[in-house]
Amino acid sequence: MTAIPETRPSGAAGFLHRYEGLAGRLPGHRLPWLSALRARGAEAFRAQGLPTRRVEAWKYTDLRPLADAGFEEPLTALDTAPPLPRPRGGARAVFVDGRFRPDLSGLDGAALEAGSLAQALPRLEGRIGALASPEELPLVALNTMLFEDGLLAWVPEGTDAGVLELVSVATDSGRPAAFHPRHLIRLGRGARLTVIETAAGSAGARYLHNPVYEIEVAEGATLVHARLQQEGRQGFQLSTVQARVAAGGTYDNFTLNAGARLVRNEIHVALTGPGAACHMNGAQLLAGGQHADTTTFLDHAAPNCVSRQTYKTVLAGRSRGVFQGKILVRQAAQKTDGYQMNQALLLSPEAEMDSKPQLEIYADDVKCSHGATVGELDHDQLFYLRTRGVPEAEARSLLIEAFLVEAVEGVTDETARGTLQEAVRGWWAREAAAS
Amino acid sequence: MTLKIEGLTAEVEGKPILRGVDLEVPAGEVHAIMGPNGSGKSTLAYVLAGREGYEVTGGSVTFDGQDVLALEPEERAALGMFLAFQYPVELPGVGNALFLRTALNALRRTRGEPELDAMQFLKLARERMRALHMPEDMLKRGVNVGFSGGEKKRNEVLQMALLQPRFAVLDETDSGLDIDALRIVADGVNALRGPGFSALVITHYQRLLNYIVPDRVHVLLGGRIARSGGPELAQELERAGYGSVQAAA
Repeated sequence: MTAIPETRPSGAAGFLHRYEGLAGRLPGHRLPWLSALRARGAEAFRAQGLPTRRVEAWKYTDLRPLADAGFEEPLTALDTAPPLPRPRGGARAVFVDGRFRPDLSGLDGAALEAGSLAQALPRLEGRIGALASPEELPLVALNTMLFEDGLLAWVPEGTDAGVLELVSVATDSGRPAAFHPRHLIRLGRGARLTVIETAAGSAGARYLHNPVYEIEVAEGATLVHARLQQEGRQGFQLSTVQARVAAGGTYDNFTLNAGARLVRNEIHVALTGPGAACHMNGAQLLAGGQHADTTTFLDHAAPNCVSRQTYKTVLAGRSRGVFQGKILVRQAAQKTDGYQMNQALLLSPEAEMDSKPQLEIYADDVKCSHGATVGELDHDQLFYLRTRGVPEAEARSLLIEAFLVEAVEGVTDETARGTLQEAVRGWWAREAAAS
Repeated sequence: MTLKIEGLTAEVEGKPILRGVDLEVPAGEVHAIMGPNGSGKSTLAYVLAGREGYEVTGGSVTFDGQDVLALEPEERAALGMFLAFQYPVELPGVGNALFLRTALNALRRTRGEPELDAMQFLKLARERMRALHMPEDMLKRGVNVGFSGGEKKRNEVLQMALLQPRFAVLDETDSGLDIDALRIVADGVNALRGPGFSALVITHYQRLLNYIVPDRVHVLLGGRIARSGGPELAQELERAGYGSVQAAA
């Protein structure tokens, strides 16, 4: 075989073909502004295609298996009732194969306006695409071109809306399917919301879940966004979060990557008003041939803002983890306090972690630091536990759990923290039992 | 229940450290091992506990007639052996209570005893901690994380008090302790003394042996027991130094 350098956008044809076939039938196709936006998405996607590893931002994540998969749109019967995660109380929005399912959701009585984005499209001119522009990122372009539905959640000024569950389930229709939900979350001044998100899928289902989030946190508002990614082992998730936080507001994102064959979480947060804060934490639990990529971009655009990032990855088997974290401190962002830490624990000699931290600082009075460690379990710690009678497998479990729990401890919302801790313990118990 | 070491030789990174140690600690007795830096005291402690990288090249160690050297560290613990570390290891993210309960329950399983639940364990742990004058918040903290030198040593003795070993090695448990802490730690060890417990107390100084009075004192020099005697030997060494033993050996 001769290696032919890739010069044209790859894997784009199938998606573009579908767009051309569906354009007249996609939700909101009668809204000129939306048709124009989708056309921009198609144009950008045609020009860029699915990113290849020749693109710097995608150096460590290879989308070829995805390009070759030939995804079609999901064929979900409207009454399909897949198994859902146990409800946690509070409001719940359920999406099956990317489509909102009112029959499985429970949003009545919630102190927020929440529902299907597809139903609200006529009101969303200027909202959709305001934060996630199709020209910037190819996967946002793909989403813009093909999104059918998503979550719309607006919390009125001064309201504490409690917990909202966002559930996404992928079913197995026997053929590879792709869905591209667009979620819009907006918190008014001083509002508060905790979104606990679970993404799951059938074990054998081959699918692409390509959600894009546009998140706006107004002055003094707080959004806790806890994401539990438990996609099926043959599933792909490529997600993009675009969040903007105004003065005194807080956006907390915690992502736990435990499922999927390949996942990329791209999180872009702009702190646009003085005193805004962002906590981005996460844990990646990888085994077998899994691949997980966390790519963050923190834009400090205003003075006196705080950002904290701690990402922990445990890698077993032949898995591969990627962390790319960029912090940009603009000239106006004096007194910025930024911190980023990325730690990986390799449990197998065949596992690999790639880490690329990046600081770009234009202000002169800032405190900004980052660190990265990659290592194995500490032999002294293992020995210490074993001298106390703890068998080796149990000692390893205890230390791995300790490593992960530290990342989860940063989650301020109690419900979210409990959910994540449970998931971490459960994952490791299963992996330990399997190995 | 006798610990018996015969002709034990061991090396670390290819360098011979123990050059034929012979030692017997009968049930119910506490023996002290003294010796200058580099004589092999800590190596002996680690070899007995089964630490990686401490390679036994000859000789034997038996406890209660069992071949200790063939066992994994956790199997030695199950047999009733315990090492109080000179430098206790920190375990960030592992709560002290969880650690102690996990260890205790692991041992209880091997003894065929029912495991303790969190409440039962807490009751027992609080009782033992009071005896060691340990503040209760030490249960909530990460194992040895942010503990002072004295707190770490007390935590070692607490583990010993909970796990109730039949044979313990105390590796320089006195180092870094002030006189009050030393007394508390010694009381903890003395409380375990009886016909079912024996110990090897490794120390640099005679001071600890005023509080834990040994049945026998051995001097380790150049990887061998150069001299053995009663408790009075410790005082003699304090006075005359190891030079006198070296000259005699």
